Amino acid sequence: MDLALLSELNRERAARRAAVVVTDLATGAARLVRAEAAEADPLAPDVLEALRTGRSGLVADGTVFLTVQVPPVRLVAIGAVHISQALAPLARGLDLDVTVVDPRTAFASPERFPDVPVLAEWPDEALPKLGGLDRYTAVACLTHDPKIDDPALAAALRAECFYVGALGSRRTHAKRVERLTVAGFGPDEIARIRAPIGLDIGAISPAEIAIAVLAEIVSALRQDRRRAG
Amino acid sequence: MLSTESDLLREAEAWARAGRGVALATVVETWGSAPRPVGSHLVIDGEGRFLGSVSGGCVEGDVLTEAQDVIADGRPRMMEFGVADETAWRAGLSCGGRIRVYLEKVA
Repeated sequence: MDLALLSELNRERAARRAAVVVTDLATGAARLVRAEAAEADPLAPDVLEALRTGRSGLVADGTVFLTVQVPPVRLVAIGAVHISQALAPLARGLDLDVTVVDPRTAFASPERFPDVPVLAEWPDEALPKLGGLDRYTAVACLTHDPKIDDPALAAALRAECFYVGALGSRRTHAKRVERLTVAGFGPDEIARIRAPIGLDIGAISPAEIAIAVLAEIVSALRQDRRRAG
Repeated sequence: MLSTESDLLREAEAWARAGRGVALATVVETWGSAPRPVGSHLVIDGEGRFLGSVSGGCVEGDVLTEAQDVIADGRPRMMEFGVADETAWRAGLSCGGRIRVYLEKVA
């Protein structure tokens, strides 16, 4: 691969933009296709499909290889709470790009979160600073406080984040559903919220709940692969 | 931690910029039970240092050797690995799968 092309690919990644490298396996010739230029590419249907699934693979009767690069997966944890303290280092171990958001400065202190960035701001202020949410972002709302969780949930649903989870009992969630319905969200959108949050592994401690949440995030991330497998 | 394929590509660029000969191996096709998915990378330098993986460690040795030729002559190659042949010394996949690995120089 041409070094200039590799640099371009790495720049796209740093800017959280999806891109595909199209390599002719017979000659080694390669080109970079950005998501916005995919429609105009000679291999448009294949390139678009690759961008949609995020999966690299052979096309054109095995003569061309598509290397797909989608933005690094991010996790935004709303709430600098005890669960988030367990969640942050575990998520880093999974190579998730983690940020913790909580307007309560007593919670959102760097001492409590030595491994990851913490923004002591309301979600409406903090999320734009992260470049906004996107399909490659997971959002876990963990404060139990609707004033903090709800705006983040709304933003996550609007941005079609691949994972949207919210902590709280079924009763808490029923009230949340009412509020989001009043705010104009339809049943299909609201159904995308995973609540109670996390896979049902009987988790009790903050670390166990963190594992349940991360397992659920991985399962959401790899869903396409599982179906295809 | 260097475990995502994109991080490996960032590292490949850094190695090449530092003037090291660099080859990039990519799993382009798998059949049956293969240890690493399509798109997995192995980054190799001219001294045989490497990052990432294209199998569970079964065929990396062969890829590393071939990578030195790719770094030397700049020509891309396709390598194929199947089930280990007990009578041969060459690399194979004990898991019973087959993989094809594309090897190219970064320059």
